[in-house]
Amino acid sequence: MDFHLSKEQLMLQKMYREFAENEVKPLAQEVDEEERFPEETVKKMAKLGMMGIYLPKEYGGAGADVLSYVMAVEEMAKVCGTTSVIISAHTSLCCAPIFENGTEEQKQKYLPKLCSGEWIGAFGLTEPGAGTDAQGQQTTAVLSEDGKTWTLNGSKIFITNAGYANVFVIFAITGVKLDRKGRKTKEISAFIVERTDPGFSVGKHEKKMGIRGSSTCELIFEDCVIPADRLLGKQGKGFALAMKTLDGGRIGIAAQALGLAEGAIQETIAYTKERVQFGRRISQQQNTQFQLADMYAKTEAAKWLVYSAAMKKQNHEPYTMDAAMAKLVAAETASDVTRRCVQLFGGYGYTREYPVERMMRDAKITEIYEGTSEVQRMVISGAIGVK
Amino acid sequence: MKCIVCVKQVPDTSGVVAVKEDGTMDRASMATITNPDDMNALEAALQLKDATGCKVVVITMGPPPAEGMLRELLAMGADEAVLVSGREFGGSDTYATSQILAAAVKKVGVEDDDIVFCGRQAIDGDTAQVGPQIAEKLHLPQVTYVADIKVEGKDVVVKRMLEDGYMMIKVQTPCLLTCIKELNQPRYMSVGGIMECYQKPLAVFDYEALKNDPLIDVDTIGLKGSPTNVYKSFSPPVKGAGMMLEGEGKETVDQLVSLLDAKHLI
Repeated sequence: MDFHLSKEQLMLQKMYREFAENEVKPLAQEVDEEERFPEETVKKMAKLGMMGIYLPKEYGGAGADVLSYVMAVEEMAKVCGTTSVIISAHTSLCCAPIFENGTEEQKQKYLPKLCSGEWIGAFGLTEPGAGTDAQGQQTTAVLSEDGKTWTLNGSKIFITNAGYANVFVIFAITGVKLDRKGRKTKEISAFIVERTDPGFSVGKHEKKMGIRGSSTCELIFEDCVIPADRLLGKQGKGFALAMKTLDGGRIGIAAQALGLAEGAIQETIAYTKERVQFGRRISQQQNTQFQLADMYAKTEAAKWLVYSAAMKKQNHEPYTMDAAMAKLVAAETASDVTRRCVQLFGGYGYTREYPVERMMRDAKITEIYEGTSEVQRMVISGAIGVK
Repeated sequence: MKCIVCVKQVPDTSGVVAVKEDGTMDRASMATITNPDDMNALEAALQLKDATGCKVVVITMGPPPAEGMLRELLAMGADEAVLVSGREFGGSDTYATSQILAAAVKKVGVEDDDIVFCGRQAIDGDTAQVGPQIAEKLHLPQVTYVADIKVEGKDVVVKRMLEDGYMMIKVQTPCLLTCIKELNQPRYMSVGGIMECYQKPLAVFDYEALKNDPLIDVDTIGLKGSPTNVYKSFSPPVKGAGMMLEGEGKETVDQLVSLLDAKHLI
């Protein structure tokens, strides 16, 4: 067992940190306050190979590993929650399912443009009536009689990157099948939808509590006709594909949560060493020391869960439970740590003059999206046989 | 065409400056960076590579850990690296260093259409002498303080910054240019570049590799061959924050005069 990063990973970490500090951090407050998608940052990240970090070079990726990708999300999240989820949703929820399930033609068509950042990717599973209950889908896809096209009808909500994405991995009902007990269940399939497809449109932009620069919108399919070869994976295997994709996505969100906690701790250490009360720096107060020691230890524990899940995915080992544990622990740590950091900042922490209130708002979503903490508990308890 | 870029690993002066008891700098305990002006020199070379596809070779003289810096420069896009390293070279001042680097550049080979790039000066020694001395040893035309470069065939048109203006100079390759920060904004390492940097060629030139060059003589290299030696290094005492007077009117001037008068400076 080796807990050391490779030479390349250390160098990547250094590059991510410099990039985050110089290019991402200066925009973080503005991106939050103006609910602005940082397009210019995405272009810069794309140029450096950060929009396809662990995809193979043959598809335009940078050829690094999953942990190197996770560290990029982590480092961006330390300074800007919005920027980190743009990479995470793009990579884990769009590039990954196409790479893992696509035909060679699909991979050749989409991955080079996604990895180069020319196209941004998104993922559409959630619907107004289907959140945690992903089986509650209403969107349908019907194959034409000649078998040449699929027609999609329905809508998706809360779709990350939606306003700027060009490629969407979408789930829809393609029929009804009988389960092992003979009950009727929905047959769900996955599709690749392009922004320019007829009958497809992007609807309302959500106003959110945190990650406010992230473009979260509704997707609308009104007789949206796409060629038959846009089916992603096998017909009827969409639900499994979605769950597998979310396993990977959870590592990305866990990394985002981890970065938010680390970023808040860094800010708080610096602040408490400057802020003087009762004639001494508040970092000299035992309450501050113990609070930060607890937070740091919890965050380090979360980090190793996140890194371990990333390594297992990289090594093609089962990682569903690892991803669930990483996300559960990292997300709850991020929420707890950022809230406590605001407390240590006192009144200033509650103002927008300092970044910790933003980090606290950004952290909350990590307990909700790509599977709530309750879903993670369901996954973990199931995996350890508690039924 | 190829670009040869001379770089130096320097202590990160934004951190703590550590000094040993004998007055010399404790380099091992200090964080290091690539000298900032040298990053501008590399960026200039990489921009030429982007435009023409030419090869970029980075050269540094330093202890074996300097390989880490060279790998980072390879990750930025340089094609090959040379680490000039040997006990015989230790303690070299600018005179000795430029002898050794000139020999190393010669070994890499300077062809008709090549350009040698250096940073203006290193943030540790601040001499700005090594680049010009390398040019002299190699009998190359040199332009210092370069803030803009246009390559037109064998002609290189450069903007040379001076304190009170600039000169436009046309120089022919092969030549040596020393670069300043106004020249460009150095790029980041890329993810793909980092993944490839350990596969790129990195040669080590030790004393054995360079000793046959007439420039390399025990009397002209290393501590012994250095006409200058560092007597003492120290961190300057911390000064209090200065005072800023703002405004352009007579009132501000009067205020300044009375402050200087109060300190008996005028």
